[in-house]
Amino acid sequence: MIRYAKPTTLDEALALLGEGAWRILAGGTDFYPAQGAKPFRDNVLDINGLAALRGIAETDDHFVIGARTTWTDLIHHPLPPAFDALKQAAREVGSPQIQNVASVAGNLCNASPAADGVPGLLVLDAEVELRSAIATRHLPLPDFILGNRRTALQPGEMVTAIRVPKPAAGTSAFVKLGARRYLVISIAMVAARLVVDNGRVTEAAIAVGSCSAVARRLAGVETALLGLPRDGGLAGAIQSAPMTELSPIADVRGSAEYRLDAVREIVARAVLTAAGPMNDHMVAAA
Amino acid sequence: MRQAQPDMNQVLPEVSEARPELGVVQPGLGRADIAFAVNGAAVSVNVPPLRRLSQVLREELRLTGTKVGCDAGDCGACTVLVDGDPVCACLMPAASAAGASVTTVEGLANGRLSALQASFLAHGAAQCGICTPALLVAATELLDTTPRPTETEVQDALGGILCRCTGYRKIIAAVMEAGRFEPSTDSAAPHPPAGTFPPYSDGEKGEAPALATPSPRSSRGEGEEQRERHSFDLGLDRRMPISGNAVGASPVRLDGVPKVTGAEKFGGDSFPADALAVLVVRSPHYHAGFAFGDLDGWANKHPGMVGVFTAADIPGKNCFGVIGSFADQPALAEGFARLRGEAVALVAGEREAMFDLDMSDFPIRWTELPHILQPSEAQAKDAALIHGNRPSNLLTSGFVERGDPETALANAAVAVTGAIETSYVEHAYIEPEAGHAYMDGDTLVVVACTQAPYMDRDDTAKVLGLPVDKVRIVPTATGGGFGSKLDVSLQPLIGLVALKTGRPAALAYTRNESMMSTTKRHPAEMKATIGADADGHVTGMIFSGDFNTGAYASWGPTVANRVPVHASGPYATPNYRAEGRAIHTHGPISGAFRGFGVPQATIMQETLYDELAGKLGIDRLDFRLRNCLRNGSETVTGQRLESGVGIAECLEALLPHWARAQADADTFNSNHEEKKRGVGVASCWYGCGNTSLPNPSTIRVGIAADGTVILHQGAVDIGQGSNTVITQICADALGLPLEKFRLKSADTAISPDAGKTSASRQTFVTGKAAEKAGRALREKILRFANVSEKATLQLDGAAIVIREGEATRRIDLASLDMDADGFVFRAEETYDPPTLPLDAKGQGKPYAVYGYGAQIAELEVDLKLGTVKLIKITAAHDVGKAINPLLVEGQIEGGIAQGIGMALMEEYIPGRTENLHDYLIPTIGDVPPIETILVEVPDPEGPFGAKGLGEHVLIPTAPAILNAIRHATGVLVTKVPATPTRIRAGILEKDGIREKEARA
Repeated sequence: MIRYAKPTTLDEALALLGEGAWRILAGGTDFYPAQGAKPFRDNVLDINGLAALRGIAETDDHFVIGARTTWTDLIHHPLPPAFDALKQAAREVGSPQIQNVASVAGNLCNASPAADGVPGLLVLDAEVELRSAIATRHLPLPDFILGNRRTALQPGEMVTAIRVPKPAAGTSAFVKLGARRYLVISIAMVAARLVVDNGRVTEAAIAVGSCSAVARRLAGVETALLGLPRDGGLAGAIQSAPMTELSPIADVRGSAEYRLDAVREIVARAVLTAAGPMNDHMVAAA
Repeated sequence: MRQAQPDMNQVLPEVSEARPELGVVQPGLGRADIAFAVNGAAVSVNVPPLRRLSQVLREELRLTGTKVGCDAGDCGACTVLVDGDPVCACLMPAASAAGASVTTVEGLANGRLSALQASFLAHGAAQCGICTPALLVAATELLDTTPRPTETEVQDALGGILCRCTGYRKIIAAVMEAGRFEPSTDSAAPHPPAGTFPPYSDGEKGEAPALATPSPRSSRGEGEEQRERHSFDLGLDRRMPISGNAVGASPVRLDGVPKVTGAEKFGGDSFPADALAVLVVRSPHYHAGFAFGDLDGWANKHPGMVGVFTAADIPGKNCFGVIGSFADQPALAEGFARLRGEAVALVAGEREAMFDLDMSDFPIRWTELPHILQPSEAQAKDAALIHGNRPSNLLTSGFVERGDPETALANAAVAVTGAIETSYVEHAYIEPEAGHAYMDGDTLVVVACTQAPYMDRDDTAKVLGLPVDKVRIVPTATGGGFGSKLDVSLQPLIGLVALKTGRPAALAYTRNESMMSTTKRHPAEMKATIGADADGHVTGMIFSGDFNTGAYASWGPTVANRVPVHASGPYATPNYRAEGRAIHTHGPISGAFRGFGVPQATIMQETLYDELAGKLGIDRLDFRLRNCLRNGSETVTGQRLESGVGIAECLEALLPHWARAQADADTFNSNHEEKKRGVGVASCWYGCGNTSLPNPSTIRVGIAADGTVILHQGAVDIGQGSNTVITQICADALGLPLEKFRLKSADTAISPDAGKTSASRQTFVTGKAAEKAGRALREKILRFANVSEKATLQLDGAAIVIREGEATRRIDLASLDMDADGFVFRAEETYDPPTLPLDAKGQGKPYAVYGYGAQIAELEVDLKLGTVKLIKITAAHDVGKAINPLLVEGQIEGGIAQGIGMALMEEYIPGRTENLHDYLIPTIGDVPPIETILVEVPDPEGPFGAKGLGEHVLIPTAPAILNAIRHATGVLVTKVPATPTRIRAGILEKDGIREKEARA
């Protein structure tokens, strides 16, 4: 016999989680495809009754994205420009039908190498809030997603929120490379966030998805951009910057060589877009 | 882990926190009462809380307008609104619907069609109709918030819904222009005659009305004066033409209304409530032996199981196939499986029990065997034989030779050689195979989607050991076919269960099993050399192609034979040799897919033509005009085409577009470095109907005593429009108005055999039979009335009024004898196109009619990423006579969309792309504007001069795109699809060579 429960308070949910192994059901957009036509054999904890977990709030130190917050919720919520990359990614998660029910947190828990939401959160230095009946912990996102379909979730735990530290400064952009216009799994994708002060880059956060088992920040590129003037020269710096974090595989969407080659280009495009409009002279300088 | 508690009260909502909208959801393994609103009405269902909402709507509430295409959110066919927002009902647990307000397609009309529904019909935005409910639901939400959406807004809103028929352009137009169809209150809309619709309402009565109509459209050439006075029903203008003007008019498709209301019944939409559910056990291996354990013991262990059936239970000959002499496929494999996904056993049980059936302990032992997936391995010396009676794993080959190609090439001023490889392409109709079977006395009735009811009947009867008159095939609406639903799939399987158990048996394939087990387009490895003289006239061509035909024959022989006949393209090629080989592997079965191998061969020929033109310094379109077939030309099979050859007209129609497109590209390219535009052109020709084989269609039409015209329209309409087109032809041949027609479906118990819906034959072959039958019926009436050919007919209630000159005769139909079918006048005519066999060198007259076309592709390549953005396709097609111009446009746009997919993204890899997120077909954002130019060079044989069209339209698209990519980048991609990886690799290779040359 399996169990199905749809608690309405987080405490109930956490208590249940403490009792045994559960599969958590939120938006269902990964849950049902994984299930296919097979019969249910796992206990299912349906968290769709947890009203408190839906929505985006602010504390003094963080933007807090509740675990049931959907991509559509995120798109419609007013947030600083540093979130633009994440919002652009949100519009590329499946289709509007998916975005209306799929949760941002579920995208992390599913831990696909091609998860559209991860690069945008990585450049925001997001962390994941995990709670069990006995403890709450906060993991930086890179410490939460451990590998292809692997996370740091412990028995009895669930993700309750994603926290983005303030101030979430700068401007950002997201570029997705796919083989068709809509409803497509990325060949590669890039989120870039830049803080520009006095015409120079003072902070750069670049993350790439679909080119490694887990989306990665590109430290070499970020370092190379620091201190550069905000102009077309940014693209040039990217052309020669190391991207040793990436280890793409060949799959039905593209070859490993292609990914490595193309990703450099879309990193440059994401960075230039994040940097904001430049006049032709500045671009030509690239 | 703690035992599950029956009450589990710890998770019941606490009173203080219970939100009323959650409804009463009882936790636990069992069922829960879930209350919500559907289309404004309160409903309550008792289902397991994790049941998919799509299933609840379809099975509990019988709202089958919501379709299931993938159960994974990849196709969007199940889109409904939940509290106003579009969601995939297949991904939502029933529990989440509690307290919500759900809107399905059935809720969009309110006594009359919504403006959007009317707009869909007026624009021809629904073809097969399987994706239409989802598109309507999602677009309704868009229009609620954005009454006048832009094209991009429409695309963004509908990007998550796949359509395989229409090419999306008419959908975009229908949504953008929906506002023009707002119901006006002043039109006195008379009610339609009782009992005239909806057509095919239950899939078995098989009656479709011709319904009446006009509205805000004017551009199809049928002037107002040629139409019936406006007659409305459901608030819809059906644009009905007046008597004698049906051919060439674009009435709303006669079977259209149920496609927009959700009433249309597809294969999975009419399962009897008491039907057994059937599950197919399939091979997980490409090649494997298997043995069963204790099947009865296993079945007994699982409550609700009714039986397990294997090859041992098959009463007839366990061997089917579309071409009798090549039949080789077991309905259930015997002892070993030849392909991944092959059916080996059936499990039948009560529906609810089957939902919870765990197959992990099913008693079957697999022994994996070595497999061969590449034709080159299959052809290797000592390769194991996949079928013992087919040496070298060669299924068959086709051959055409004319003149002396070697000498011609040796003497050519210029000769070019190339090789092209293509991939498996999946049909990806949005409706997976579905149907149910039951015993009606001693007759087995199979109600399922199909393209070929009589072939289904014959193969099902053969497998089940029944006489053909004890099998009745009732075609449902078919949610796309494109060739794959020509072969039987589930018919013998559900038939076996019904036969063995005496109970109705129902089965809808999952997307995965549809993709694994049904046919594909043949992957091709081709090479060719073409030579021309200094004046730019092609002098010779040699073509050779290996086609991976997979594990079973299916339509492989047809591909092997069609390709050599067509590989020249529609160009005069005096010296020619072409061979096509169908080679077995353990890959997916390759069968019929829109074009039977000709699209692949045309990529080979048309890309070489560009190279030849380049070497000769001749404009690429001009080069084609110099070489194209003309009236009086002989084809490569030695067939002299006396008249009706319209390829030159198609190419000439493209000339101004070609000049404009080249100029546009040049302008763009002079201003851009990282993106380059390109323009490409390619042609097609395609013989309509079977290749040198009998191919008859029979049409029966009669007048009933009540004054309706009953047309037994046996040409299965899979969305292409035969219900409408065949009726239009018959109406004008008979001389009575379209609106008087009622259709009987292609049910084998009701209508004569009009052949299969394939090979672009229905408009031509069945159309010709309908023309003959219409004329014969007219002749009988005229003779009865003793008047001449010049008389006109008119139906006036239950009477026919016949006028000739001043004289008028009125025949009271009720006074006439009625035959067993209820006819007072009837006619039945058969037409079989005149063809001649091909000799050993492939010389003969394989087809009676050919259709022609040519397309220009304009696109932009991102040189750094290798991505392609299509800008426009301009398509000129010679259809002889456009019986229904709107439907012709629909075929062209839909074919182009499939050509785009083949060119740029579609690559089926067994074991890796067996779903609709790894296997990509074009979305609404991937099909650019399409300009259609209809060319009408009448064919002397076709009805009213008409030629076939369905397959032609796909053929030029992929080569035109490849030629445009080469024009933009200098790179010819030699393996399709031309993915970003392949295009970028080509660019890098070219740049590398250029750098090397620069250094040297």
